[in-house]
Amino acid sequence: MSVPHALLALLSAGPKYGLQLREEFEAGTGEVWLLNVGQVYKTLGRLERDGLVESDGTGPEGPQKRYRITPQGGQALAGWLRTPPDLTSPPRDELVMKVLVAARVPGIDPHEVIQVHRLYLLELMQQWTRLKEGEARDDLSLALVVDAELFRLDAVIRWLDAADARLARAAAEPPAPGPAASPAPRLRRLGVRR
Amino acid sequence: MNRPVPGGGGDGNAAVSVLELREVSKTYGQEPAVVRALAGVDLSVRAGEMVAVMGPSGSGKSTLLTIAGSLEEPTSGQVRVCGMALAGMPPGRRARLRRRVIGYVFQDFNLLPGLTAAENAALPLELDGVAVPRARAAGLAALEALGVAGRAGWFPDQLSGGERQRVAIARAVVGDRRLLLADEPSGALDSVNAADVMRLLHEACQRGVAAVVVTHDAQLAAWADRVVLLRDGRLTGQTSRPPGPETLLVPRETR
Repeated sequence: MSVPHALLALLSAGPKYGLQLREEFEAGTGEVWLLNVGQVYKTLGRLERDGLVESDGTGPEGPQKRYRITPQGGQALAGWLRTPPDLTSPPRDELVMKVLVAARVPGIDPHEVIQVHRLYLLELMQQWTRLKEGEARDDLSLALVVDAELFRLDAVIRWLDAADARLARAAAEPPAPGPAASPAPRLRRLGVRR
Repeated sequence: MNRPVPGGGGDGNAAVSVLELREVSKTYGQEPAVVRALAGVDLSVRAGEMVAVMGPSGSGKSTLLTIAGSLEEPTSGQVRVCGMALAGMPPGRRARLRRRVIGYVFQDFNLLPGLTAAENAALPLELDGVAVPRARAAGLAALEALGVAGRAGWFPDQLSGGERQRVAIARAVVGDRRLLLADEPSGALDSVNAADVMRLLHEACQRGVAAVVVTHDAQLAAWADRVVLLRDGRLTGQTSRPPGPETLLVPRETR
């Protein structure tokens, strides 16, 4: 996941201090992706220079400075969420991350984000199928590769369908109260302070 | 744009959609228990084009197909097949349109067990009053195009599932049918035979037929020239025509 976009996603829930952002970022990645505080401030500095975030006060970077996302920052985040990841090669975690983030960011309709990716993946599958129809007919290795790719993309689309249905169901019936409730705490680590 | 139709299909007017749905809605039942199966669907399919309709169960896929095939009337909206409006068409003409212009392919093949492959393929023409020798010749030609001419004298229960569906597709395109409507045509087949069925349907389109194929399977839908997504009776999106597959095989830039 891109660090600048992760910070923008965290800030879209409300203004935050640098240290707070670091803590939430690490929590949001299940503590497997650690971030030093210098990296956080460097990234915030760049985001501020590009007009994607703004801070109170004009002093140097430091614990007293609070950042908030600008409308341009919101647009950059929304654009990133809709930018298809490079699914012509294996990493699909980026897509999972986008859907997770889309489900958390205020003002983003995760179903619409899912649809963008679903159509993109279908177009990719159509292209691979054209290969299957043409060259791959007489080339067994290519046919196998094409099939592998089609099954992989098919699996991603099925996951999107399931995610779509799951999000719709979650929106229709809020989770039942009670201690046994749900994977929600883990998800919440993406965007909300513990 | 659409793939050029080899041989032109003899249509002479490729700009006319073979199938045109405009603002088509379909509701079942009475207030307050109305079920809205389709809500304002626009869809047009040109000669030579294969369109896949994808959506979860209950999204209206099969209703769309039965309305396109004039087996059911829409509650509102217009349906045109080869430029002819179905609304107000006398039943006799409508039945003739169904026999002559539209072919259907079903998941369970629907071949008549007492007829050979050739007789099954020729059946729609014979029902339409075409002389038997001419109908049989057209049936054989259709079997030939689908690679099952060698099974012409066989009965359905002697054929494999894949062969049965080939015969069923031959029956659906026999003569000069312009519109092919298929509901989960490879649902009963293993993945290799299922892909063959889609390949054959796509080849039929390349010979000039327009096809609408309903499926819930993305791998099968990907054979189509265009995939439209249906949800709760509405078209929610469609693929734009993808670039050629050659873009897949060039090395990607490293990031």
